[in-house]
Amino acid sequence: MDKLLELGGFIDRLEDGMTIGIGGWGPRRKPMSLVREIIRSDLRDLTIVTYGGPDAGMLCASGKVRKLIFGFVSLDVIPLEPYFRKVREAGNLDILELDEGMLQWGLKAAAMRLPFLPTRVGLGTDVFTHGGFETITSPYADQEVLLAMPAIKLDAALLHVQRADPRGNIQGFGPDYYYDEWFARAATETFVSAEEVVGRIEIVDAETARTNFVERMFISGVIAAPMGAHPTSLPPNYGWDIDALRKYVASASEEDGWARYLSDVIGDDETGYLERAGGVEQLAKLPLPIF
Amino acid sequence: MSAPTLAELLITACSEAWRDGGEIIATGVGPVPRLAASLAMSTHTPELAMTDGEAFLVEDPVPIGPRDHAHGHGTGYLPFSRFFDAAVWSGRRHAMVTPTQIDQYGQTNLSCLGGTYAKPKVQMLGARGFPGNSIHHPNSMFIPAHSPRVFVEGEVDFVSSVGYNPARRLPGANFNDVDLRLIVTNLCVMDFGGTENAIRIISLHPGVTLEQVKAATGFALQVADDLATTPLPTSDELAIIDQLDPHNIRANVVKGNPSAMQEAA
Repeated sequence: MDKLLELGGFIDRLEDGMTIGIGGWGPRRKPMSLVREIIRSDLRDLTIVTYGGPDAGMLCASGKVRKLIFGFVSLDVIPLEPYFRKVREAGNLDILELDEGMLQWGLKAAAMRLPFLPTRVGLGTDVFTHGGFETITSPYADQEVLLAMPAIKLDAALLHVQRADPRGNIQGFGPDYYYDEWFARAATETFVSAEEVVGRIEIVDAETARTNFVERMFISGVIAAPMGAHPTSLPPNYGWDIDALRKYVASASEEDGWARYLSDVIGDDETGYLERAGGVEQLAKLPLPIF
Repeated sequence: MSAPTLAELLITACSEAWRDGGEIIATGVGPVPRLAASLAMSTHTPELAMTDGEAFLVEDPVPIGPRDHAHGHGTGYLPFSRFFDAAVWSGRRHAMVTPTQIDQYGQTNLSCLGGTYAKPKVQMLGARGFPGNSIHHPNSMFIPAHSPRVFVEGEVDFVSSVGYNPARRLPGANFNDVDLRLIVTNLCVMDFGGTENAIRIISLHPGVTLEQVKAATGFALQVADDLATTPLPTSDELAIIDQLDPHNIRANVVKGNPSAMQEAA
């Protein structure tokens, strides 16, 4: 059993029109090397599901997104995501705006192969007005009317972790995996990029076993990607690259800014990207953000 | 110690939101709400629980800004991956946030402004956790620049969080946990204690007039019978605030960092 893929092989496993979920949260733990490879590819008409950061903005800017399903889109310290904002304000984006909790609830419904899960969340707001949701009445004595959050079934989920092996065992370190495990469980196939791919993950103590936070039966492909979350953070390894994020934001207000970002920053491949961004050795020293 | 600044008065005023609120997660988003939650836990409501701003629960509120031991010195674990089950949907949380718009019903907006929904004039962050927060647990708001652009006439452009608007109450749904507590601005403190949860001024900051507040608000405000002057922070509170904000990040919250004793405009 060998799930190892090159970036090109990863792209070959995706198709136009797919619904793709992206793990992480805003500018944290994003599988950005996989996102950049999608941007370099011919893939199109994607539905992207995300707690959005630069992944959402870059995919929107590159015209890959037919529909964006999001709990928010933000760069955190830089609150407004410039390209998401640009395509929205141009009226060029089909969206499903969700509450953050509704998004994970929809992923959990998909993971449990249910058509929906009930919730109060969204009722009374314009998320309900615009989201096309149905309600359901509790069959029990309370007769409460609830929002039926539809399953968000993913064709593919993309995650970034610290370590993985060819069998699809993964290890994530750092304080929080966000909803990565539910993206994986909601997806037909999950592709994981890893800072380090080892021959076989050997865990000798029970505590460390918890770092393998999604069972390998959910993992379809493993891709080696040092600094694969850059310019987002991957604690405890490295923080987000605030200078790189600022340059990205600035490009959105420059004429032909995206075209230049595409050629000068994203470029033709990840090796070149990382060299131009400062080199793996330097980038690995990016300090962790303090909250 | 120098005279208190308006920012320091706002921190103490905001901290009142959590007083006697019980053993729940206190979340303050932004420097003033976060310092206020920390002050509440350090003084009048020690049973509060809070995180280090990331994933770890701490028993002593963490100072804001650059610090030693920024990561992983907690006594418990509350990552985002547990947040909805543990804190939000359980109702065991009280958050204070800064939305872009607030209306007469206490509905707020963080999603988008103007234009149409398909083509908004300004796209912001999206609804974030506002729909879930507002229908499940107590919430308060902090507004550093009270103006009719924030306190809008009619309804907010996009209802991100639930308020007390009867027209938005879907029949049969459960809005019993909608519980809006305080709105603290650079001018005054308000609550939802007016007729049918109408927004009501309960105290004016020193030097601020009722007319000033009304002129800065896009809808009619009720006024509490026992309208008070917002108290100045005590020297004990100022000392704690100083420990919680050693880099004086609070000095950047209100333009010009004025004294708490404002001149009447």
